[in-house]
Amino acid sequence: MAAEAERRAAWRASLAVALAVSAYGISFGALAVAAGLDILQTCVLSLVMFSGGSQFALIGVIASGGTAAGPAAIAGAALLGLRNGLYAIRVSPIIGPGWPKRLLAGHLTIDESTAVATAQPTLESQRIGFWATGALIYVGWNLTTLLGAVLGDQLGDVRQWGLDAAAAAAFLGLLWPRLTALQPIAVAVGAAVVATALIPVLPQGVPVLVAALVAVVVGLTNLFGVRPAEELDETGERP
Amino acid sequence: MTIWQIILLASILVLAIKLLGYLVPPKLLASPRAARTAELTTVALLSALIVVQTAGIGQGLVLDARLPAVVVAAALFALKVPFVLVIIAAAACAAVLRAYGWS
Repeated sequence: MAAEAERRAAWRASLAVALAVSAYGISFGALAVAAGLDILQTCVLSLVMFSGGSQFALIGVIASGGTAAGPAAIAGAALLGLRNGLYAIRVSPIIGPGWPKRLLAGHLTIDESTAVATAQPTLESQRIGFWATGALIYVGWNLTTLLGAVLGDQLGDVRQWGLDAAAAAAFLGLLWPRLTALQPIAVAVGAAVVATALIPVLPQGVPVLVAALVAVVVGLTNLFGVRPAEELDETGERP
Repeated sequence: MTIWQIILLASILVLAIKLLGYLVPPKLLASPRAARTAELTTVALLSALIVVQTAGIGQGLVLDARLPAVVVAAALFALKVPFVLVIIAAAACAAVLRAYGWS
């Protein structure tokens, strides 16, 4: 019965996250059309790129710089997409072997599917969390992208509906459960300070990546961390 | 570059990065230091993205109705309010503030 409860909890988390993310797909669709993309181009981004942060970064640069800023837009989207590669390493053992499955999982590897999967207690519920969240968001995000693109003109200013604030709140919802100890809190604060300082001086998308270096420094040195005995590696040496 | 070239190239790159991650042996994250760094990297990226989404405006910073909306969201997350309701509340907060003339 405990396993059944865990399965249900994984489904519930997937559905809640998928609904919330899909809701701001409308904001992406509308913003993309406002940036100068047509409806088909907007939908191709959600179908193929399928990574909200990268998509918002891409259309943000195109909106301000046009096609002349193409290389910067591509670089920004790719750099923001680097974290998906990291997520892939993390969820790879959850997905298990088999290339067709791993290819499909690769496409669905995003903030939300990784976050919901890794938050579940057992391998089975982790698998449910990953696939349910990834598939539900894929369907929802693409439908609402289309809806947002079509409605773009009617909606007018998407900010009027608070859709930009919804995106920020969604990222906060992903961060919140990770702030369980001093170390992640210190990293979150440090990264926020670095990003704030760098946004005005670096091209869009780059401050986020520089801020990630805060985590690399803290992670490698275990600054603000605890060094319990179980942190010793197999050789008995501290890493 | 045309918009189509930008869209396709960027999309393929982002997709390729995801797939490449599955070629990396999971053992790479087996050491406590690597696992800790990976987890903290996610924390740092999310935190930086929150700043960008809350106060970013192109290559600049602005304080507008998004900030109170995110503060409201933080308070609701602290109270363990479900994700969807928090997102709706944050959007509503920004929308209402803007309806009353806030930027």
